Amino acid sequence: MSTATHKLLKGATGDWEMVIGMEIHAQVTSNSKLFSGASTAFGGEPNSHVSLVDAAMPGMLPVINEECVRQAVRTGLGLNAKINLRSVFDRKNYFYPDLPQGYQISQYKSPVVGEGEVVVELDGGRSVSIGIERLHLEQDAGKLLHDRSPTMTNVDLNRSGVALMEIVSKPDIRDAEQAKAYVTKLRSILRYLGTCDGDMEKGSLRADVNVSVRKPGAPLGTRCEIKNMNSINFIGQAIEYEARRQIEILEDGGAIDQETRLYDPSKGETRSMRSKEEAHDYRYFPDPDLLPLEFTQAFVDELKAKLPELPDQKKARFVADFGLSAYDASVLVAERESAVFYETVLDRLANRARDGKMAANWVINELFGRLNKEGRDITGSPVTSGQLAAIIDLIGEGTISGKIAKDLFEIVWQEGGDPRALVESRGMKQVTDLSAIEKVVDDIIAANPDKAAQVKDKPQSLGWFVGQVMKSSGGKANPQAVNELLKSKLGI
Amino acid sequence: MTDLTSLTLAEARKGLADKTFTSLELTDAHLSAIEKARVLNAFVLETPEQARSMAREADARIARGEVGPLAGIPLGIKDLFATKGVRTTACSKILGNFVPTYESTVTSQLWRDGAVMLGKLNNDEFAMGSANETSCFGPVGNPWRREGSNTTLVPGGSSGGSASAVAALLCMGATATDTGGSIRQPAAFTATVGIKPTYGRCSRWGIVAFASSLDQAGPIARTTRDAAMLLRSMAGHDPKDTTSVDIAVPDYEAAIGKSVKGMKIGIPKEYRLDGMPAEIEKLWEAGAAWLKAAGAELVEVSLPHTKYALPAYYIVAPAEASSNLARYDGVRYGLREPGRNIIEQYENTRAEGFGAEVRRRVMIGTYVLSAGYYDAYYLRAQKVRTLIKKDFEDCFAKGVNAILTPATPSAAFGIGEKGGADPVEMYLNDIFTVTVNMAGLPGIAVPSGKDAQGLPLGLQLIGRPFEEETLFSLGEVIEQAAGRFTPARWW
Repeated sequence: MSTATHKLLKGATGDWEMVIGMEIHAQVTSNSKLFSGASTAFGGEPNSHVSLVDAAMPGMLPVINEECVRQAVRTGLGLNAKINLRSVFDRKNYFYPDLPQGYQISQYKSPVVGEGEVVVELDGGRSVSIGIERLHLEQDAGKLLHDRSPTMTNVDLNRSGVALMEIVSKPDIRDAEQAKAYVTKLRSILRYLGTCDGDMEKGSLRADVNVSVRKPGAPLGTRCEIKNMNSINFIGQAIEYEARRQIEILEDGGAIDQETRLYDPSKGETRSMRSKEEAHDYRYFPDPDLLPLEFTQAFVDELKAKLPELPDQKKARFVADFGLSAYDASVLVAERESAVFYETVLDRLANRARDGKMAANWVINELFGRLNKEGRDITGSPVTSGQLAAIIDLIGEGTISGKIAKDLFEIVWQEGGDPRALVESRGMKQVTDLSAIEKVVDDIIAANPDKAAQVKDKPQSLGWFVGQVMKSSGGKANPQAVNELLKSKLGI
Repeated sequence: MTDLTSLTLAEARKGLADKTFTSLELTDAHLSAIEKARVLNAFVLETPEQARSMAREADARIARGEVGPLAGIPLGIKDLFATKGVRTTACSKILGNFVPTYESTVTSQLWRDGAVMLGKLNNDEFAMGSANETSCFGPVGNPWRREGSNTTLVPGGSSGGSASAVAALLCMGATATDTGGSIRQPAAFTATVGIKPTYGRCSRWGIVAFASSLDQAGPIARTTRDAAMLLRSMAGHDPKDTTSVDIAVPDYEAAIGKSVKGMKIGIPKEYRLDGMPAEIEKLWEAGAAWLKAAGAELVEVSLPHTKYALPAYYIVAPAEASSNLARYDGVRYGLREPGRNIIEQYENTRAEGFGAEVRRRVMIGTYVLSAGYYDAYYLRAQKVRTLIKKDFEDCFAKGVNAILTPATPSAAFGIGEKGGADPVEMYLNDIFTVTVNMAGLPGIAVPSGKDAQGLPLGLQLIGRPFEEETLFSLGEVIEQAAGRFTPARWW
């Protein structure tokens, strides 16, 4: 692993370094809410997924949803983090109409997951390790609807009480690229684990980004927190803007106010939301309605044993088993669906040890290239894993050449069908019969006596002859057979 | 026919089973008594139609031979318990005309066992008070008066309506809740029996929360046997309350009359307060003598952190209350006082909806939890709580089965007499009872005698966790020795 160098920002007084930490709120994948039996389905009619507990009716009590605990522990394991066998739920008290209880049940001093680490890949084969400070479980709030009445604000409590994991990084991130890569990697891990769907558009994954700047080697500067970012690109833009804003203030002799800011993507700038003085006093204290959350090491071990293979492990296996480059392997594993597709292709290959690497090239170059061109994702691919495996089998066994295979891929993409049957019916088979090729070779040598004479001194011009033969065979001649035949005929 | 309302619950159960009278007759007798006793202000909502319909249902079941443990027994329900389709207010303006769509676990178990609901009983607003004077429905009168006096006295609180109604023969028993003494102190003030079971014994689901780590439901009744019968139906594990404990509920009634021979009874020296009335001291000695006569062994014990219990309680309870009451914000149910913006709406609603004592405790609670004060107050109070708990554990570890103390430092006082200038004067009422809530232990108050002015006084027995049976056995000994006390009807 190479340690990444990070981007410094140039200011009037020299270089500045960014120090970034993130709090990611990831909605736990579960059928029901953290402390009630109500559904977590997205997009229901307002207030259609609200239990008495979620609406904080008098005398209602929370009961922990064990599946949410399992999901948090799985996530902790996926982040190589310490799992705390005993943790405590606290109340975070503040008034807001989307918070029916008047407090959010969260974990303050004793989170369910402690310190961990995520290795993040950057461009050019670099990577950087980002520390995880903690992960805790907490309730989501409801949503205010301002557009239903000219004089009133309405409240939708469907999200109220939905389980969130707050994943807090250490301030190990040093530039926008690392920040984006960190969120991307974390999202990928969560999706592999099946603990969060990672859908940022629906708000299943949101980030609060803490940014400060300093001269390299200097002590930490005062930070600002940019709240509620739900796009990886916006996170990058917001960090760049915010760092430059802070540098400008500092270089003008000013000081940074610790405050909460919001990013406005339409203007490309952050603006102040509330200052430190306006910050709430949340009056955290242990929730007396809930006992401490306790489980055994055996419970953790069982979850660990059933953990799916994660992107880093998968990448290492692809490199070791199929000789993929680290880059190709990381492209394949970045999205869980891509890795699943590639592995399904592998499963269907006649000889995966021989053709595994070729399959990777096909998935990355032909398939992804084509999908990108049409703006589709892997789940909407018209070419199935079975069809692609058949095409690769045909190449691997020498039935068709790579060039013909590309034509075949195009036919399958456009029209569908069984690749092997298509090769038969459309006469795309590679010609390996030497006597059939021999005539073509003889004709071309006869027609080009000058070149044939030169080839003995300039062996590299053999390629020209190969090209001619392939051309007149309509691409169906076996290139290796052509090569050997030419060499013997030309006496080299 | 003799007055059906003067029967004990156990006697009524026999009369119903023997078909001497019907539940409807029994219920009507109580409804009529309630009507005549409105001056006591014990009920904040009478539900005669529901009562009669439940009584008829009970009679039909009795006729079919399906006799539940409380079949046909008319009860009063503290207004802190959510009752489905029946207004539930915690006696606070802020809940307005709130009608729950759900039934509390405790009351649903009473109905399961055949009991009949007569109506909802008055209490201190959100159970915050020791005299039932903070209710938005006004104070409750104690059926007991000083000899030769017409002054109306308080029944104690917060379960003042429950105690008053049971003492005045308006219901055969009542549900109550106890956060710092709210069952035992009113029981002592009205010559009724009140037990606060071990924390976790009864489900808190559907009971309007005051201080979650201290709140516990229990019955107020006229005899220890009646209290035992009621607690058996009220108690039990509830998956909807994760602090309720999954331990089988014994037949508490079987403990009534059981020998207490050889039991070790602790007399804590720290409960001997300076300036405690001599009558209380005398009563305490009498109680000890009765238990000794029944074969129990009396030992002096020490609970060294007792003096810190009350101040610590008045940090922990308001802290939890300040958070528990945050949900009353005028957004979803209950009172809403509009404002120009949401902050103003909160302020107007809560200023209008909460009474003075509730506002005081919300402010105390908010203060002790706030940044910079948390460690000095809340955290320290929790440490004190641990020490108080340990005091009791050490005591029980020495073989002590139960601890005998006075229930209150005085008899009932007049409405408006206490706490006007200094709320601490009122808070001191709970001095003997709060330790029990802080330690999560069971405690029972049993009528034991009268003071010079003819007002009832009670003794408290504190038991080991989940050993309520011991308290019933010992309580019965005191009841047998002291006799029963009934107020003369003046209403």
